[in-house]
Amino acid sequence: MSPQTLPAASATTSLTGAEIVLRALKEQGVDVIFGYPGGAVLPIYDAIFQQNAIRHILVRHEQAAVHAAEGYARSTGKVGCVLVTSGPGATNAVTGLVDALMDSIPIVCLTGQVATHLIGNDAFQEADTTGITRPATKHNYLVKDIRKLAETVHDAFYVARSGRPGPVVIDLPKDILVGKGPYTEAPKREHRSYRPQVEPDAGQIRKAVAMLKAAKRPVVYAGGGVINAGPEAAALLGKLVRMASLPCTNTLMGLGAFPASDPQFLGMLGMHGTYEANLAMHGCDVMFNIGARFDDRVTGRLNAFSPGSLKIHADIDPSSINKNVKVEVPVVGDAAAVLRAMIAAWDEEPAQQDREAIAAWWRQIDLWRGKKCLDYVQTGKIIKPQHAVKRLYELTKESGRETFISTEVGQHQMWAAQYFGFEKPNRWMTSGGLGTMGYGLPAAMGVQVAHPDALCIDIAGEASILMNIQEMATLAQYRLPVKVFILNNQYMGMVRQWQELLHGSRYSESYSEALPDFVKLAESFHGVGMRIEGADDLDRVIREMIAIDRPVIVDCAVDEKENVMPMIPSGAAHNEMLLASGQESGGGASVTDQGMGLV
Amino acid sequence: MADLNDNVQRAATIAVLVENEAGVLARVIGLFSGRGYNIDSLTVAPVDEHGRLSRITVVTTGTEMVIEQIKAQLDRLVPVHKVSDLTLEGPHLTRELALIKVVGTGSARQEALRLADAFRARVVDATTESFVFEMTGSGEKLDAFISLMRPIGLAEVSRTGAVAIVRGTSSLTA
Repeated sequence: MSPQTLPAASATTSLTGAEIVLRALKEQGVDVIFGYPGGAVLPIYDAIFQQNAIRHILVRHEQAAVHAAEGYARSTGKVGCVLVTSGPGATNAVTGLVDALMDSIPIVCLTGQVATHLIGNDAFQEADTTGITRPATKHNYLVKDIRKLAETVHDAFYVARSGRPGPVVIDLPKDILVGKGPYTEAPKREHRSYRPQVEPDAGQIRKAVAMLKAAKRPVVYAGGGVINAGPEAAALLGKLVRMASLPCTNTLMGLGAFPASDPQFLGMLGMHGTYEANLAMHGCDVMFNIGARFDDRVTGRLNAFSPGSLKIHADIDPSSINKNVKVEVPVVGDAAAVLRAMIAAWDEEPAQQDREAIAAWWRQIDLWRGKKCLDYVQTGKIIKPQHAVKRLYELTKESGRETFISTEVGQHQMWAAQYFGFEKPNRWMTSGGLGTMGYGLPAAMGVQVAHPDALCIDIAGEASILMNIQEMATLAQYRLPVKVFILNNQYMGMVRQWQELLHGSRYSESYSEALPDFVKLAESFHGVGMRIEGADDLDRVIREMIAIDRPVIVDCAVDEKENVMPMIPSGAAHNEMLLASGQESGGGASVTDQGMGLV
Repeated sequence: MADLNDNVQRAATIAVLVENEAGVLARVIGLFSGRGYNIDSLTVAPVDEHGRLSRITVVTTGTEMVIEQIKAQLDRLVPVHKVSDLTLEGPHLTRELALIKVVGTGSARQEALRLADAFRARVVDATTESFVFEMTGSGEKLDAFISLMRPIGLAEVSRTGAVAIVRGTSSLTA
């Protein structure tokens, strides 16, 4: 066997299990695996060693392998692939798997397992991986018969990418990997039981179009489903929104689905969404939700959520529809297929839009925009975190580089969502559903692997970044020039903000004590470290960071006491937003006892 | 369609046709526990000639919105072929099987046999001091018989939970 090629494929050829796995990955279009070796997966690592078709990226923690694969998947639209060993390898991957499950990211994670005859015997590095990952994945498999190995890998990729995408685990006992068996190609036939509906029902499309066309105060609420449906879905969304003069808001996961610079964009909605987006949601008469799931961070108090509107909900996952919010017109289908069908049906619908009413609605929206809810005052040396993100955005735009942004979780994440404008889908990686601190650095790493020439920046907080800081070593090893931009306020900022608002400013355990010297830390990981102490350093250091073709950590000191505003407090409605001090408040919400019990 | 906003609880008998593969029952049960749904009873067995398909019958209670969620959540499990809400499908038969052990001597035995006869329970095991009755029927009928046996010497009960099927020609197939 030549080291350059994999053995020829044929149902009669007998390959080792490890070779079958690699050949199936190749057939599924995998070009990179994020992984970490261990006893149970040594046969696969041996097979990886003997080929060049699939590149392996050695991470420093299995959780990071999954986040890296998520970054890879979200920025390319392909399935991300992970390889970890049994026991702790698999359990470390669980956080990443749940993250991918919550955010609908297609991942196939191969886990090693002890030999089949040892399963259940509490063997060394044994864990009940399929048991542990059952609620952490879209589906999982334990391969006990080598004749089904290739078929299982093909099946896993189909499941991961079809319908609502998600993570899939294949647990591979070591005796299966060293045993010999036949290779089978991906089946052409339909899956036996899993056939999600892609094309929407024509009748529901007609109802949706009629309802949307009759709207006097419409709003489009687009989520991550539009991103998952591919760039075409985002283009179709833009087409529909523009031809019908609709206001459009995006969820956190949906940022980039509609261009941030477009005059019809209202900004992000939800807990830290814009005043205009949330009031448009509250005051609309027809809401068109495409690829979003009425998450509690979006709806606020459910019984006060958009009380007067008729709702259309298009989602590929029927279980997302009528889960939290009752809707009048459910549409099951892929976001691109739904939008295509709606655009096609638009002219067939005889009714005309009430252009006058929509113009009046836009005037109302412009009044709300007049609040300038994202305004902040940057004076003096102390950097407002909003200003840091805004300058980062403007200077990356100025650089003309293709830019991908990931974040950790907390205040910096919300500021990134509010102040960094995304014009295209697949440029924004963030942990929305699970809210995983430590997501951003490995995710940016995965993006950089997929887009070697792009500018990949992890906007981080000084607390979150320490949760997967070991990946700096991976960046060094593979010369991945990821930039880590830390908004350092010396607090777990979002925790501090909630303690200020909800717990009488008792800052219990939220102060970032004993922080490392991030400049030296970057240097010790063979990267470049820089510090920004004051506002006059900001632009210079950002420009320098963009220019350096190596991993960089920028430690940007920002105002410690800044809060993320606007804010819908837990248990409040969209029209009860808190605005930044100095701005007139919307409905004057305060945190209720009931809201305190909510997260 | 019933109002999804009302808080009225209803019982639902749901038939689920699944691939007969390892872990499929754990997936279904995990879904119910993970999302906080009730399971009143659950039965499962292979139902096709090759043993590739199993049928799970689950009886649950919840509001209309919750029951719609349960069905949608079940339907998106990868090994699930079909989900059918028999309660909405129309007239259907529900049966449960119980084995009921009654221990006693003298007149209690006579009374147990007399009641068993009235309830059409069959004696499937007997010793001089015990009977095991086999009984099929609705859950309510089984409840009634078991509560009558309690003062007579009820020693042990084993029940299957409900299985159900729609009346008439319509069939649930993969």
